Amino acid sequence: MKKRNAFARLLSNTATWLVLFVFSFPFIWMVMASFKTQVQIQSPGNFFWFRPTGRNYAEVFNQYHFFKYMINSFIVAIGSTLASLLLGLPAAYGIARYRLNGLGLTILAARIIPGISFLIPWFIIFNSLGLVDTYTALILSHMLVGLPFVIWIMISYFEALPHEIEEAGAIDGCGKMKVFLRIVLPISGPGVMTASLMSIIFSWNNFMFSIILAGEKTKTLPIAIFNFLSYSEVNWGGLMAAACIITLPVLVIALAAQKFIINGLAAGAVKG
Amino acid sequence: MLASWMEKRFKWIVTLPALLFVLVMMAFPIAYTLRLSFFEWSMSAASPPKWVGLDNYIALFKDGRFWHALGATAYFSFGALAAETVLGVAIALLLHREFRGRGLAKTIFLLPMVATPVAMGLVWVLIYEPTNGIFNALLQAIGLKPLHWLGSIGQVIPSLMVIDIWQWTPMICLIVMAGLTTLPQEPYESADVDGASRLQKLWYITLPLLRPTILTAVMLRLIDVIKTFDIIYATTQGGPGTASETLNIYGYVLAFQYFKLGLASSLLVVFFLLVMGLTLALIVVRRNTEVSS
Repeated sequence: MKKRNAFARLLSNTATWLVLFVFSFPFIWMVMASFKTQVQIQSPGNFFWFRPTGRNYAEVFNQYHFFKYMINSFIVAIGSTLASLLLGLPAAYGIARYRLNGLGLTILAARIIPGISFLIPWFIIFNSLGLVDTYTALILSHMLVGLPFVIWIMISYFEALPHEIEEAGAIDGCGKMKVFLRIVLPISGPGVMTASLMSIIFSWNNFMFSIILAGEKTKTLPIAIFNFLSYSEVNWGGLMAAACIITLPVLVIALAAQKFIINGLAAGAVKG
Repeated sequence: MLASWMEKRFKWIVTLPALLFVLVMMAFPIAYTLRLSFFEWSMSAASPPKWVGLDNYIALFKDGRFWHALGATAYFSFGALAAETVLGVAIALLLHREFRGRGLAKTIFLLPMVATPVAMGLVWVLIYEPTNGIFNALLQAIGLKPLHWLGSIGQVIPSLMVIDIWQWTPMICLIVMAGLTTLPQEPYESADVDGASRLQKLWYITLPLLRPTILTAVMLRLIDVIKTFDIIYATTQGGPGTASETLNIYGYVLAFQYFKLGLASSLLVVFFLLVMGLTLALIVVRRNTEVSS
């Protein structure tokens, strides 16, 4: 019996590490290829032994202007997240305290409706207002990603707060707005953190809205890397270095704030 | 004066900004798209939108490429979703035990979900590369013939499924793992008394208890998998030919490459109804299991 248990444990441990290897393989491959020359990438057989080069990274920044696109991505991600918090935090509080479920459900519709059905009218309108290729258009469109996260994560957070806290505030003569700003918000740090990180990550990753609404001036990283394919011969080393640069900030956030991210990803599940 | 006015209307003051955003950026665009689906327009200023009634819908239902896209969407979505569900549950059961490095395992599992899909899609293009890719090198190493993967009409959708499975199995896995921690202990104790085997406990206790959790995970994934855009557009743009053109990709092509805005809008309306219908159906299924359990 004991022997069988040890064998079973060995088997499931092996299976676990095999699964983890498979799921991390694309990352391993990406990082390795980013340090290879074009010739090394195109000569199969020498997959794991090669002399690493940093040239791809230099190229991505110098020839492909990735620093500029990175700034654009930061501006749009931070801008849309701040705007989503500004609109979403009070709204989530109102929905949670006054059970305005209709508004909550309407905002959830943003997740169900195909993004392109928003994109066609936006493009027509932004185009006629001369707003295509501006941060304004990108931030407004990315708010459709951030705002539902903020509202849905914060509704459950506010609902879980004990009512006594607010009642105590009301007894002290604070108005409702003061209670919200001075008492409720300061103790909502973890919820705000989860919502902000989700909003930042999914704005950073957004491709569909940006590919239509961004132009030369406001191009974000996902569009910049996609444009690698338009060259006649794909520069694989550069492409993989670019992929590393784009995913690194997100992976760092995910590793540093793992608990928040898991909560955020599960937020939809709780409500489902 | 102002203070008491604000006090009375607090509920509306806090929700108004978000409400305005919803109206301007969501409700209005949806109404616009719905309206546009009855017009013919190519975005030219010279010729304004022309009312065509139901012509766009009729043209859509006669369009072979639409039916092909519908088929591709169904094939891709259900294939990926089925694999993700089975793998996700299996891996969750595998990880739901004490072992060294459990924290690390969870972290690694988080990464495919948050890594930028376009970038990772392009990494997969390199992995699948027919001449220099690792997959074909492995196939040849064990004496098999190399495949064309993303470049072949028959293999492209399964190849895309693999990318989606890699990206989103962790989602199902994490939800099921969260569900596993809330399971009651009593059924297992009485099963032990009855001398049930591990497999029996899994099949007759764990899986039935997990059903609502699994259905929630499936519903969340379904809503998103049908609309998969990034990894398909980044890797194949719907090709080769139109082999991997799903409804979302075809809608995008119609709108922003052919500028047939009316036809694209009618496709999006149909697509939306489809997503909505499937979501509601799953909600009903889930509610029924809750009642019966």
